[in-house]
Amino acid sequence: MSGRPWTSYESALADLASADERIIVMTAENRAAIRGLPATLGERFIDTGINEQTLVGAAAGLALRGRIPVVHALATFLTMRAFEFIRTDVGLPALPVKLIGSVPGLLSEANGPTHQALEDVALMRAIPGMRVFSPGDEADLLLGLPAVLADDSPWYVRLNTRLAGVAHEPFAVGKAEVLREGSDAGILVSGTLLREAARAAELLAGAGISTRVVNVRTIEPLDERTVLETVGQCRRVVTVEDHFVRGGLFSAVAELMARDGVPGYVTAIGLEQRWFRPALLPDVLAGTGLRGDLLADRIRGLVELAG
Amino acid sequence: MNHRAKPGVEALALRVRERIVRLATGGGCFLGASLSCVDIIVALYTTFLNLRRDNLTSPERDVFLLSKGHDVPALYATLAELGVIDGKRLANHLKSNDDIYWHPNTAVSGVEFHSGSLGHLLAVGVGIALDLRLRRQSARVVVLLGDGELNEGSVWEALLVACAKRLSNLLLIVDRNGFQANVRTEELVPLEPLERKFAAFGCGVVRVNGHDLAALEAALAWFPYTEKLGQDAKGGAPEGPSVLIADTVRGKGLPSIEARADRWFCNFTPGEVEALVEELHGAERARLTSQPLAVR
Repeated sequence: MSGRPWTSYESALADLASADERIIVMTAENRAAIRGLPATLGERFIDTGINEQTLVGAAAGLALRGRIPVVHALATFLTMRAFEFIRTDVGLPALPVKLIGSVPGLLSEANGPTHQALEDVALMRAIPGMRVFSPGDEADLLLGLPAVLADDSPWYVRLNTRLAGVAHEPFAVGKAEVLREGSDAGILVSGTLLREAARAAELLAGAGISTRVVNVRTIEPLDERTVLETVGQCRRVVTVEDHFVRGGLFSAVAELMARDGVPGYVTAIGLEQRWFRPALLPDVLAGTGLRGDLLADRIRGLVELAG
Repeated sequence: MNHRAKPGVEALALRVRERIVRLATGGGCFLGASLSCVDIIVALYTTFLNLRRDNLTSPERDVFLLSKGHDVPALYATLAELGVIDGKRLANHLKSNDDIYWHPNTAVSGVEFHSGSLGHLLAVGVGIALDLRLRRQSARVVVLLGDGELNEGSVWEALLVACAKRLSNLLLIVDRNGFQANVRTEELVPLEPLERKFAAFGCGVVRVNGHDLAALEAALAWFPYTEKLGQDAKGGAPEGPSVLIADTVRGKGLPSIEARADRWFCNFTPGEVEALVEELHGAERARLTSQPLAVR
């Protein structure tokens, strides 16, 4: 997989779409990540304007005709404004529409709460059959993209084109990747906080705490085996997500443990019951306590508490 | 209109109405909204859509989308009359051993897409129309909307896009029966002047009596409308969706329930249904004998 010479999400999508006539790239005038595609794809690039409901409804219509629409809009507007269209027109008939939500989680930075998609994963995974991919960085995204497009299911992808500085395994649907082994602490992380989780693990290692870092690439389907293995082998486990702690990764893990009767404590690290103070990302990471060193401090405290 | 509907079509519409009335029991159905669109659906299937039992999955077929899904008895009854579905299935109405429930679903042959939540299928139709154009196919997309459904902003949003994309292969039909669920449209969220609203968006608009089958046939034969409405703002050949506003009567065919606000959803006893079937046939006989000889 790593042999593909893709340098960006846009070049990957251009390449994949050029090789498959079924792929239609769509947007509700959210072109930041796909600016060059109108020239590459011609009529197979469809910009409907600022209207997420029509965007998703039209994508369903195209999918009914055998197309694979790859639909771009801001994560908040896509998953909330168009929620019922996604649920009813894409989810119910299980059409292979690929929903790409941009600036999810903390990545809306200084836009303010209107743009903060912190419940998008909760909404999307509540739809039967909808699959959810939250890549840890751009390399992760590019590794997963071919599988997402090739899969017959509807997908929601949290667009993340940042760099985490970690080396990834090949992508497989429903398979998490273990990026670092350890048994004192276990970090189950999804999305853009992968980089912070990796940094936290480095710092914890310096303090003599071995940490397992698991990149939970697809929250739905969840890699139940790797999650339960982590809960079983690590003294303290945390979930780390730039999402409300209700409904996202933590909830998925908690549901799994409750279902299987697995005892243990898992600490949810993410956004509590409030939106974050808008600012550029470094300040947001500091303000939310989600920066690597702050995560390390918190996890060290939990491990010490566990004795 | 001074010509007649195709032979047999009026009789077909009557049989469709009878089938619908027979669904208004044992749990009931949205009878008023179903009876108002019977003639529209019958005209579509008998004179416009290239849909038959043997081409329902052909990529070249026309696509008919029922966006006001609660009128599905009219579609099922028409499909039964045309042999697309087995008429015996209508006896399974509201039973869990079949899929004949209050809104359309694709488990029933001839249903292109499910609906029930208003304001969805124009957007879906836009996507299908875009695909047909990408493939250079000449098939057409017809979306039937209720007038109350026009309260939904998503209809107008999708219409903006349909006009922006110049989708001449798209026909919207509005079943203008004058009622929302519970009240008259003009008393709640007034829609008129409806023709001017659609025209201002860039649609070609035709308005007819939605119970005059000959007028409906003529209006459908006239599609696409934008081509016939002069030049566009830039002096080019106009392109865009067509809109057919069909003025109808809620509950059409049953004088005892026609145009009544409380006759949206009806659940009658079997005895009442038989009386209504009698009323339906009586009203049809009266209608035929009252028509002037010139148009007979």
